[in-house]
Amino acid sequence: MTDVAIDVRGLHKSFGPLEVLKGIDAQVNRGEVVCVIGPSGSGKSTLLRCVNLLEEPTAGSIFVDGVELTDPDADIDRARRRIGMVFQQFNLFTHLNVTENLTVAQIKVLGRGKDEALKIARHNLERVGLSEKAGAMPAQLSGGQQQRVAIARALSMDPDVMLFDEPTSALDPELVGDVLAVMKQLAAEGMTMMVVTHEMQFAREVADRVLFMDGGVIVEQGHPDSVIGKPSNERTRTFLARVLDPLHTR
Amino acid sequence: MTTVESTPAKTRMSPRKRAQYLRIVQYVLLVGILLALLLTADLAQVQDKFLKWDTFTAVLPQAGGALLNTILYTACGFALGFVLALLLALMKLGTVAINRWVATIYIEFFRGIPALLVFIVVGFGLPYAYPDYEFLDIGKVTIALGVVSSAYMAETLRAGIQAVPKGQVEAARALGMSPAKTMVTIVLPQAIKIVLPPLANELIALTKDSSLIFVIGLSPGQEELAQFGRTANGTYKGFTPMIVVGLCYLVITIPLSLLQRRLERGGMPTVTSHHGGK
Repeated sequence: MTDVAIDVRGLHKSFGPLEVLKGIDAQVNRGEVVCVIGPSGSGKSTLLRCVNLLEEPTAGSIFVDGVELTDPDADIDRARRRIGMVFQQFNLFTHLNVTENLTVAQIKVLGRGKDEALKIARHNLERVGLSEKAGAMPAQLSGGQQQRVAIARALSMDPDVMLFDEPTSALDPELVGDVLAVMKQLAAEGMTMMVVTHEMQFAREVADRVLFMDGGVIVEQGHPDSVIGKPSNERTRTFLARVLDPLHTR
Repeated sequence: MTTVESTPAKTRMSPRKRAQYLRIVQYVLLVGILLALLLTADLAQVQDKFLKWDTFTAVLPQAGGALLNTILYTACGFALGFVLALLLALMKLGTVAINRWVATIYIEFFRGIPALLVFIVVGFGLPYAYPDYEFLDIGKVTIALGVVSSAYMAETLRAGIQAVPKGQVEAARALGMSPAKTMVTIVLPQAIKIVLPPLANELIALTKDSSLIFVIGLSPGQEELAQFGRTANGTYKGFTPMIVVGLCYLVITIPLSLLQRRLERGGMPTVTSHHGGK
C-alpha cells in the first residue's frame, strides 16, 4: 500500500447555500500526526467528518488506505472499521457499561467472539488507564474518563487511522491533561492521527504537521514550529495571537 | 401581580394567609356537595341495586376466570400492538416515501376512529372477508386490541427514537455499524427506555379498552370482565356485579399505575447507581 493514509482531493462541502469547505487538498501519511487548527466556523470539523463520510462531500474525493470512499460503489461500513473516530461529546453508548461499549462493535461488526472481544477491550482499557472502570456506566464517569473510554472503544477495532474531533473541547480544564496524555502515547506508538484541536501546546509537541484553516480553505501548513512558532500568513498570526494570549489581542 | 413596592400590606391578607383561607373554603365546599348528594339520593334504592352484599359475595369468587381473560387478552393485544407500532414507527422515519404515507394514514385513521368500530369490523368483518378460516375468540380479540393500540404506540415509539441523541447514531456508524444494526443495538434499546412510562400508560388504557370486546360476543368460558359483569347483572337483577367488575379492573390498573409512576421517576428497577467516589 501507499504511504498516504488519508488523501483528500478537491473537497467541497456545502450545507444548503452555505459553502463550508471550498476546495481542500490534504494528505496524512502513515504514522503521521496532523493537527488541524483554525477559528470556529473555519470548516475543520467538517473536513474531519468528511474523511469517514459522516458528512457527504458535495464534490471532490476521499481516499483512505488507497480506497476511494467517495466512490458510489464503496462499502462505507467496511471502510469505517479501519477509521477510528473520537467525538467532542464522547458519544459513549449510554445504555451500555464501559466494557460493553468496547465490545459491542467488535462483536456486531467485526464478528469477533465474546472472549476475544473482552480480551481486546481489557487491553485497551488498560492502555487508557481505566481498567478499574470496566463495569461502570458512562454516566458515572467524569468527562475525561468518558473520553478515554471513547478512545479505547475506537482502538478496540484496530483502526489504521484515528480521527479526533476537538476531543478536549468539552472537558473541564483539569481533565484535559489525561486525555492529551493518552493521545500523545498513541502518537508515540506510531498511530496515524488527524486531530482537530485548540490545544496549541499539544499540536506543537506532538504534531508532525499542522494545517491552519480559515474560511473553508487551508491557509497555511507545515511543521508546527513554523506554523505555530513563526507563522507566515497574517490570518494565522491573528488567530494564534487570540488563542495564545486572549487578553492582549490588540 | 403585586410587586414589592406596591404592597400596602395592612388592608390585604398576606399571600400565605390567603392560600390557607382558600384551602378551608375548598374543604367546606367539597363536604357540602357530598352531603347534598347523599341526602337527596334514594340511598336504600342505590344500595339494593348497586351494593347488595349477598350478590357481591356471590359474584366475587366467580370473577377470577374473567379477570384472567382480561389480562390475557390485553397482554396479547399489547404484544401485537407493540410489534405493529415498531414497524409503523420505522416506516414513518424511513426514507421510502410510500412507507411514510402508509404509516401516516394508518396512524391517523386508527387514532381518529372510536375503538368500538374497530371491534365491530374485526369481530364481524373478518369472518366474512376470510370465510375459509375459522377465527378463534382470542385471535379476533388480539387483532382488534393490537390494531387499536398500535396507532398510539407508533407515535410514542417514533418520538422515543427521535429523542435518542444524534451523536449515538454517529458513534455507531463511525464504528462501521450498518443503519439497521445501529437501530437495533444502539437506538431502540435507548428509545424504548425513554418511552416506558407512556407505554405503561397505553397498557392501562388498553386494559380498559378490552371491555369493548363484548361487541364481538365471546363464547362461554372465554368472556372477559365486562361481558362477565353484564351477564351477571341479568342473573342477579341489579348492578352489583358491575361494582365487582370495576374493582377487578382496579386490581389490574392500579399496580400498573404505580409501576408507571416509578418508571417516570426514572427509577428503573434494574439500574443501581453506585458512584465510584474518586
